[in-house]
Amino acid sequence: MAGDTLTGSRIREKRIMGGLKQADLAREIGISASYLNLIEHNRRRIGGKLLLNIAGALEVEPQALTEGAEAALIASLQEAADQAGMTGHEATKADEFAGRFPGWAEVLANTRKRVTALEQTVEALTDRLAHDPHLAASMHELLSTAAAIRSTASILAETETLQPEWRDRFHANINEDSHRLSESAAAIVTYLEADPDAADAASSPQEEVEQFLSSHAFSFARIEEGARSSDEINAILDDAPELRSHAARYIAQNVLHQVADDAAVLGLNDLRAAVAKHGTDPMTLARALRCDVPRVLRRLAALQELGAGLVVCDRSGTVIFRKSIEGFTVPRHGACCPLWPLFGALGDPGAVLMARIRQFSRADVAFDSYATSEAVGLPEYNVRPLVQGVMLLLPAQAGTGQGADVGSTCRVCPHTECRARREPSVLSVGV
Amino acid sequence: MGKRVVLVEDEINIAEAIRFLLSNDGWRVETLANGASAYDVIRKAAPDLVILDVMLPGKSGFEILHELRSDAALQSLPILMLTARGQARDRDMAEKAGVSRFMTKPFSNTEMLEAVRALMA
Repeated sequence: MAGDTLTGSRIREKRIMGGLKQADLAREIGISASYLNLIEHNRRRIGGKLLLNIAGALEVEPQALTEGAEAALIASLQEAADQAGMTGHEATKADEFAGRFPGWAEVLANTRKRVTALEQTVEALTDRLAHDPHLAASMHELLSTAAAIRSTASILAETETLQPEWRDRFHANINEDSHRLSESAAAIVTYLEADPDAADAASSPQEEVEQFLSSHAFSFARIEEGARSSDEINAILDDAPELRSHAARYIAQNVLHQVADDAAVLGLNDLRAAVAKHGTDPMTLARALRCDVPRVLRRLAALQELGAGLVVCDRSGTVIFRKSIEGFTVPRHGACCPLWPLFGALGDPGAVLMARIRQFSRADVAFDSYATSEAVGLPEYNVRPLVQGVMLLLPAQAGTGQGADVGSTCRVCPHTECRARREPSVLSVGV
Repeated sequence: MGKRVVLVEDEINIAEAIRFLLSNDGWRVETLANGASAYDVIRKAAPDLVILDVMLPGKSGFEILHELRSDAALQSLPILMLTARGQARDRDMAEKAGVSRFMTKPFSNTEMLEAVRALMA
């Protein structure tokens, strides 16, 4: 067969060019040197997993060793058959299948490739969850302390004739361990909610974007100065080492286009002048500047001197943008607390909600929140527009009340009687 | 003369509670807070039972377990392993390495006493 003849010769050629000995390549791919010799001299058919392994070892694409895409397709089909445990006469008919149904064969090969990629992703994520060193160390500390308290408390409760010396000692131990337990629990909650120190370890596209925006302090001088074309925005993205994934770049691109649109309508200098004259109340500013409220909220968040936070969500309630503010946690994973005014505004399009809020367990930090929703995307006849919610968080002015309690996410929220609870908290029922 | 147990546990308050518990049950308890010298101490002390934490300074509980089980004289020594990591993988690893019993923290005192008594039965 001409194709196979060519394949063997190409393997030999690539191996010699790579400076590999026949025995070394054979060992690497798990076959005998004599069998590889037969392949290289075109005396054995080659395909399937073996072809892929040889290509991998020679660091070339399988196509480079065969006549082209068709042979690579057959190799992928044969590997799929091997993985599925297919045996017998039918297992040798991959070439016939590819010849008769090339479209279906392509679908099958691509599906196999995608399954393999997804399996690798699942494996990587599972590994990360299982081996997150910080989480593992924190949980170990928590459980060890709980074990000490449980054991000591049982001794105190169940030992009828405990000598005063031992009793005092165990009381002191429990006191010490209960402090440790509180600290360990607080450390875990802080880590699960958000870890500002982990900024260098972005593990999702959203985190990459957050890292990118933080490195620019959420302000882009070039855009403010008029560099708002797609090419100019792409140039900013090209200079962003934080945006490693395609998804992160896509998200950041949308963010920067929004910044450009906002900057074109309301410049930061104009906004600063208005704030100096009217104060920071968004509704007053919107009226004075004849500007829509969502845009005013976003632009206020871009004024670094205000130290404001901003959260934007889409119609599903998924957070698509966050600018963190100390004392108010926006969870990285899982759904946010439904008590946030942001979600109230989603259900009441056009309304602007103002509320003083504070997060449970952070009773001393209050924020003035302003939330509203707006239609996004280009309008179309007879199509209900998509909406997104915007919530600005400003440090609360002193002396105007404590405000309403909200959480971050149910999993780490300590409020036991919450009307909005979706699931138990790990703080009350364990993980 | 009571039976002797070597307890290798770096959490001082857990060690103290277990020590009290087992002493009240008639055991003589020797405690170690570091894994580095555990094998030598156990070999010299020749106890009736070893209680071994997994995460230890110096040497992990799994390493000590391997050392003990590699010693022909200690292959039948009852070893109770304690860990805050209750994952199936850790349990499997411990069982393959020859642990006699595996307990996850936090445990109750009753569980601890029952486990120790069962290992001596």
